[in-house]
Amino acid sequence: MRCDVVVVGAGPGGSMAAKTAAEKGLRVVLMEKRQEIGDPVRCAEGVSKARLSSMIKPDPKWIAAEVRGARLYAPDGSSIVMSEDKSGDEVGYVLERKIFDRALAMEAARAGAKVMVKTRALDLLKVDGSVRGVRAMRYGEIIDIEADVVIGADGVESKVGRWAGIDTSLKPGDIEVCAQFLLYDKSIDDEYCEFFLGNELAPGGYVWSFPKGENLANVGLGVIGSRSEPGAPVKLLRRFVERRMPEARIVEMVVGGVPVSGPIERTIADGVLLVGDAARQSDPITGGGILNAMQAGIMAGEVVADAVSSGDTSVEGLMVYEKRWRESIGKQISRHLDLKEFFIKLSDEDLNNLMHSIQSEDVSKMDLRGMLRVLIRLNPKMLWELRHLVM
Amino acid sequence: MITVNRYVCGYCGACVGVCPVCALELVETWIEVSDGCIECGRCVKLCPTGALSLEEAQR
Ligand SMILES: Cc1cc2nc3c(=O)[nH]c(=O)nc-3n(C[C@H](O)[C@H](O)[C@H](O)COP(=O)(O)OP(=O)(O)OC[C@H]3O[C@@H](n4cnc5c(N)ncnc54)[C@H](O)[C@@H]3O)c2cc1C
Ligand code: SF4
Ligand code: SF4
Repeated sequence: MRCDVVVVGAGPGGSMAAKTAAEKGLRVVLMEKRQEIGDPVRCAEGVSKARLSSMIKPDPKWIAAEVRGARLYAPDGSSIVMSEDKSGDEVGYVLERKIFDRALAMEAARAGAKVMVKTRALDLLKVDGSVRGVRAMRYGEIIDIEADVVIGADGVESKVGRWAGIDTSLKPGDIEVCAQFLLYDKSIDDEYCEFFLGNELAPGGYVWSFPKGENLANVGLGVIGSRSEPGAPVKLLRRFVERRMPEARIVEMVVGGVPVSGPIERTIADGVLLVGDAARQSDPITGGGILNAMQAGIMAGEVVADAVSSGDTSVEGLMVYEKRWRESIGKQISRHLDLKEFFIKLSDEDLNNLMHSIQSEDVSKMDLRGMLRVLIRLNPKMLWELRHLVM
Repeated sequence: MITVNRYVCGYCGACVGVCPVCALELVETWIEVSDGCIECGRCVKLCPTGALSLEEAQR
């Protein structure tokens, strides 16, 4: 089989890349190793309304809930409230990703991409060292799909980059390891996303509660890998839920890892581009990666269309992608990496003090950066090394 | 040797992403371990469910 571009992985990044490339007239294959796109979910499903809407028209079919804002708790229980439009990329809509991911793949299909499920990429096809497509296993049979370009959108477990000589393996400090329950409990606030900080609760991470309507919520936590131990996320989550909502009814369980390495050295090779979690483009501080993956996917689709039509799919031909994502989403990812490296060192006392210092200020209309600016003004000594982030 | 407790594993792929030598693969709902494993233990430490173990006896 022959096409112009093979996209490996039908998550938000891959589907947007495939849709964009197909709309530009390329022959696109979108392959997904799972037999059901979007399932099992590995996500808390929170996204910012405005940013999502700039890329796709929101559809009630895949929106579980809309929230008014976020409440952030320090270890001692003191809290602040942020409004929805200022709370960052994870707050606004809570999605139903099983439906959302399939809807995005359908968009790609409608644009003309050939979608292949239960088709797992095994390796890159190479001729004289340059990439010529993908070898895959489909329904148990080996097939070769020839293409000028391969887009690796294969998520946290990505191999496409490694096959192309880009080492994307994550060190323990580069990954948040997570566990989550979808649960029903009367204490769930249907209108606010909640974040709980604390080294006891989630070392180097946080606990989240993202409501999905009618007292149902994704309640989960992430632990920085360097401070985790075998099974820690599940153990800590069970403890959190038993203590805070002993009556909760758990109806689904999720585990997973989110890359928090910040931008990796390169995301392109001859005939290869990486997008989304495969390119480690998730946000190091929030762990949000849906919107960055989608935006990177769109950029990759556009760049590949140009590269294929100009006949240059080498690193040089694809360089525009590298530049474009670093100049857009890459800036925030880099800033948030610095913030994360600082944040994971804070003790519970530090976290409490920071929270107390900001409680008397009106932060409800501030975004993360504005809040950081105020925090630095109020705690200059402690936060001195972060001042470059708000200038 | 890395062993996977399939009754515990949540097939999330985190271990695949952290393995420095690409020795693991997530196939639908199970983890396959290849010969390349250098027994560094990174995947064991990072598994959110605690499904992985390095069998001491065979080291
Ligand atoms: C517990 C948890 C909570 C999270 N919460 C949020 C949140 O609230 N908001 C947010 O924005 N982000 C969140 N994230 C991050 C978010 O889920 C990811 O950033 C996002 O899914 C990345 O999209 P993607 O398209 O890059 O990759 P993915 O969605 O991971 O898709 C990759 C796809 O590639 C497929 N694949 C892999 N290898 C192959 C192969 N060899 N052949 C074929 N197919 C392959 C996989 O099966 C998968 O379907 C969370 C993550 C976790 C683990
Ligand atoms: S990290 Fe653990 S739970 Fe996730 S796939 Fe690997 S063995 Fe299974
Ligand atoms: S022990 Fe190390 S080399 Fe072996 S599978 Fe785990 S991470 Fe890979």
